[in-house]
Amino acid sequence: MNADQAAEAQVVAENLVKRFGSFVAVDNVSFRIARGEIMGFLGPNGAGKSTIIRVLCGLLRPSAGRAIVAGIDVTRDPEGVRERIGYMSQKFSLYRDLTVEENLKFFGGIYRVPRAELRERMRFAIDMAGLAGREHAIVATLAGGWQQRLALGCAVLHRPPILFLDEPTSGVEPASRRRFWELIHTLAADGVSILVSTHYMDEAEYCDRAALINQGRLIALDSPAALRRTALGGELLLVECDALGPALDALTQAPGVIDCSVFGSALHVLVADAEQGRRELPAFLASRGLSASRVERIAPSLEDVFVQLIAADTTKRREAA
Amino acid sequence: MKLRRVKAIAAKEVLQIWRDPRSLMIALLLPFTQMFLFGYGVNLDLKHIPTCTFDREGSQQSQDLFKRFQASNYFAITRNVDSYGALVAAIDRADCKIAVVVPPDFSERLNDVGTTSVQAILDATDDNTANIAIGYATAVVQGYSSDVQLAWLDRQGETLQQVQPLVVQSRVWFNEDLESRNFIIPGLVAVIMALVGAQLTSLTIAREWERGTMELLISTPVRKSEVMVGKLAPYLVLGWIDAAFCLAMAGLWFGVPFRGTLLTLFVTTTLFLAVVLSIGYLLSVLIPNQAGASQVALLVTMIPTVLLSGYVFPIDQMPWFIQQITYLIYSRYYVTIIKAVFLKGSGIPELALPILFLTIYATAVVVLALRAFRKRLD
Repeated sequence: MNADQAAEAQVVAENLVKRFGSFVAVDNVSFRIARGEIMGFLGPNGAGKSTIIRVLCGLLRPSAGRAIVAGIDVTRDPEGVRERIGYMSQKFSLYRDLTVEENLKFFGGIYRVPRAELRERMRFAIDMAGLAGREHAIVATLAGGWQQRLALGCAVLHRPPILFLDEPTSGVEPASRRRFWELIHTLAADGVSILVSTHYMDEAEYCDRAALINQGRLIALDSPAALRRTALGGELLLVECDALGPALDALTQAPGVIDCSVFGSALHVLVADAEQGRRELPAFLASRGLSASRVERIAPSLEDVFVQLIAADTTKRREAA
Repeated sequence: MKLRRVKAIAAKEVLQIWRDPRSLMIALLLPFTQMFLFGYGVNLDLKHIPTCTFDREGSQQSQDLFKRFQASNYFAITRNVDSYGALVAAIDRADCKIAVVVPPDFSERLNDVGTTSVQAILDATDDNTANIAIGYATAVVQGYSSDVQLAWLDRQGETLQQVQPLVVQSRVWFNEDLESRNFIIPGLVAVIMALVGAQLTSLTIAREWERGTMELLISTPVRKSEVMVGKLAPYLVLGWIDAAFCLAMAGLWFGVPFRGTLLTLFVTTTLFLAVVLSIGYLLSVLIPNQAGASQVALLVTMIPTVLLSGYVFPIDQMPWFIQQITYLIYSRYYVTIIKAVFLKGSGIPELALPILFLTIYATAVVVLALRAFRKRLD
């Protein structure tokens, strides 16, 4: 990241640590989010995604490190930060016994949205959430997708430059999830910086950058394309052959092979150089009396990348411990 | 503190109260039923004590004595027996609280020797009632005795003045009829307000935690004081309605004389409401579930207010140590105030001291509640 981008960073986390007793929930995490950037937080449940977001909202005090949001140190002036952010917590937390309009009015009042603007902002939120005609519906009676979009509407009512969305799409059906991501993109296009966590690995594709978090540590952070390209530390080959077991054993010891795993009826082989592998692996197999019907370079999916990275990280830590 | 945010919280709270039948029931139905139950149920006056007579003589004079018992408001002769066995049975069955036995030589001794005795047998399972009954019975017998004496003196040609040089003429002030109701009912209003007030607000923060709305609320720039004022304001209005209702019932339905001014009543009641509403709010902050908070609220308001506020058990008759504890009971001050406003017509200057104590109390609880509420999850 160059100096210009750093100056524009809306969210800065520097060596954040959060301990609960002896349990380290967030372990030395650093990252920056630029203006208008969508940063995705991915990782298994309990990885520490929500904890980081809560620290950034001033809901949890960091045990060490610094969190700067909209240029303000969260520990020093949490209320100043809260004026400038919108937050959707993991659990739906609007007032279910109030109507759509009553919820919006409430948050309009809490964020002191100028009265002259409030009507127009409420209209915007209602249209955005697709809730036109349901202004007077009690929130508890709405379906999950609508509730989530209303929560987003309440979070952006006061035009915050930064949004923290903690698993906004969990438990929402796929069509609604897609629609939700379109809304996120519209907001980002207007310059809003968005930190969004999800446990749907495929949603990483919608982010400008994705951070992979495992056991409180940030183990990868890059654009989805770059992650696919480089995060594995090599290139991926698909190898189709008759005798999977013997081929797997053989390839693990082949020169230039980093890792090898069974993927369906074929093998996924991680190599340092795909071109070299394509040329040399068939001959290597033949020298062992095995034959490959197909060796081909493939692009890894983000899920491949994440599964691989999390497995490697977890093994590494177990060995270290 | 921004008015805009206070208003937003208050408006939301009003909507939630309106849509939650439970809080409305507590607010409106509870005071009504409590006022009736306690207003009629708690009565320390003993009247018409069921009485059993055993006249072993059956003379004109023995019947005269019983007529005096019958004529007094305190006794109602419900049974005349003719044996000790029947008398014991009547007391055992709790048909009578007291039995009066006239000996077979009653009039004979009265006329010849000039002194005699009657026997009273009491059911003292409730020693308070028994004590009062024996007091009344002694008074009736003494009245009869002095009349007999006067009649005897009259026959000797003596005059009244010579035998009664000193007479106490007592005047009872403020509660002229010595009706216990007149002093219990105003205190009862304090008990009900303490109970209902703390109950209502004990749910308000706990509800947000339970429903998961608190995390979002504390992630907004709303200040602690705005949350507190916004949440308490609607309950203060409800409290005023309840208080007006209970006080009106005390004056109009139960006929307790009201001699003070409405202004004094309004100022002191508002102060008391501020204390109890803040206590409920403090508990709600400390105990993040509704059931727990409301149980504890019941415990810390109802019991001390009933037992230690002087509402029905006089403080100056308590042991010294307990008396010191009562200074910590906020209801003590309001009970003092409200009895004085109703019965003595006291104004704010006369009540300056209890008002000062209530003010200190209210301030302390508000400060504690503000400090206890944290806008953080850890």
